[in-house]
Amino acid sequence: MKSQSRNERWIAFLMILPSIILLGIFVYGFIAWTGVVSVSKWDGIQPDYTFVGFNNYKQLFSLALGGISAIRFHIDLWNTFFFTIFFLFLCLIFGLLLAILLDQKIKGEGIFRTIYLFPMAISFVVTGVVWQWIFAPGTESRARGVNALLQSLGLDNLTWGWYTDPTRIGPFHVALIPVIIAAAWQMIGYTMAMYLAGLRAIPDDLREAARVDGAGSFGVYRHVVLPLLAPITLSALIILGHISLKIFDLIYTMTGKGPAFATDVPGIFMFETTFQGNHYAQGAAISIIMLLMVALIIIPYLIYSFRQEVEL
Amino acid sequence: MTARFNPARFAVYLLLILFALIFLIPVYVLLSSSLKTFAEVQDLSRLWAPPQGLNLESFKAAWAGIPEKGLRGLAPNLMNSFKLTIPATILSALLGSMNGYVLSKWKFPAANIVFPLMLFGMFIPYQAVLVPLTVTLARIGLGGSLWGLILVNVVYGLPITTLIFRNYYSEVPNEMIEASRMDGAGFFGIYRFIMFPLSLPGFVVVIIWQFTNIWNEFLFAVTILQKPEMQPITVALRNLSGSQIKEWNVVMAGAIIAAIPTLIVYIVMGRYFVRGLLAGSVKG
Repeated sequence: MKSQSRNERWIAFLMILPSIILLGIFVYGFIAWTGVVSVSKWDGIQPDYTFVGFNNYKQLFSLALGGISAIRFHIDLWNTFFFTIFFLFLCLIFGLLLAILLDQKIKGEGIFRTIYLFPMAISFVVTGVVWQWIFAPGTESRARGVNALLQSLGLDNLTWGWYTDPTRIGPFHVALIPVIIAAAWQMIGYTMAMYLAGLRAIPDDLREAARVDGAGSFGVYRHVVLPLLAPITLSALIILGHISLKIFDLIYTMTGKGPAFATDVPGIFMFETTFQGNHYAQGAAISIIMLLMVALIIIPYLIYSFRQEVEL
Repeated sequence: MTARFNPARFAVYLLLILFALIFLIPVYVLLSSSLKTFAEVQDLSRLWAPPQGLNLESFKAAWAGIPEKGLRGLAPNLMNSFKLTIPATILSALLGSMNGYVLSKWKFPAANIVFPLMLFGMFIPYQAVLVPLTVTLARIGLGGSLWGLILVNVVYGLPITTLIFRNYYSEVPNEMIEASRMDGAGFFGIYRFIMFPLSLPGFVVVIIWQFTNIWNEFLFAVTILQKPEMQPITVALRNLSGSQIKEWNVVMAGAIIAAIPTLIVYIVMGRYFVRGLLAGSVKG
């Protein structure tokens, strides 16, 4: 604005400066510091900043150098991969389905919305506790959770170990299934809310026009609504995707690392190796890899978001 | 519309109700298990059955603990959560509001670079700052203290609160500000008499969002606060559920106690909660 004086611009800048400095230190300064730790020899209570190059990273990736650490980290990356794929799939499919259902001029829409979205208001720790109970397998003679339900329905052959089952199909650990269900339960409502906001932003005339052109209600969705929801799908993919790359609380509470790392993820590995094992340099290397994975999807997204804003 | 039976609409309602029931399974588990006695919860033949009576024994145990069994009550942790969440929420809302005002109406050079750099802070995996964070907090005398955790939650809350307020203030017409400048209002006058009063709904959104996030936060809390009596309720609940002899009725009662404050806020102010939620996807 033209009437702003030089003096006042300085005051304005001074008012935001504390936040800039704090974030500069707490985000960028600390990330750089973690980066330094990740190339150091710090392994034990006493800090040791002796430079060792990329050794800590090599030990995570190379089975020959890292042994059990590398085995665990490889499993973590696969687990993150499968967790992300299935979690995103469930959230997007059911989020979109619920949003479309709710968009049909539903009586009591508010009540349904409240029910689908309430898991977002509670802690991942609470979610972990409840779903740990639901999928606790018990034993064959003393079945618990879902297994008990299956037994009472006479479906004994469908019972299995859920998150305690170390079985793998290729690199996929079946123990992830209950964890994915719990995470989806928590985040489907969020995806629905995003889609619903998108649906509500589509002007009625557009749908009307398609109907006049002879499209049925399925055709309207197929050719008008869904293409317009594409940017929302992108946002949802990025937001949910970055959450799943750094997931920790839920799995840590519900199952921990699981049998033979069946439900382990980098977030848990980093936490345990750093704060329980005092392997600070290794923990730092894991967290930098997590950061790079998140940055890889978030930075392009932020650039894309801001470009769009400028154009508008 | 006619009152005629419409199979398509019937199917829509049926699906909605079916999903609602599935979503409520964990609520049923929480309520039914927490209202059982220990003997009842041990009876696996009645695992999914509703409680035989309304027994509040497990809530009492979760609240006050059972000293002879070495079980700590959650009441002090609930208080810690309030002592943490309320100041951290208010501080991050006030700072976010000031930042949003500056970023939307007082564009300084490089603001377009500074703002995305600030925003990136809300997406990072916090594992990547944990060690420097704990070292620094210890060095400035805030290690293991609730104040340290408050500071941390305020700082890492700044990106989202700044974002919400910036988007909110962008909608305030510049003419309004120009007009009040004619009346002699300066930087603070405009904030005090125009922006702040206009942004009360914005404050509601931010406060609800931050309250929920900070209340539910786990990673910082479990890393920074080691003493059980200092920890907020999320960490205490995790410890309770991880204990060896699991009294499921008490654990579920504890989970309900931990969830109630944010649930009440959500149910009463749901509309504002959703706005905060959607703001997180950057464009809002």
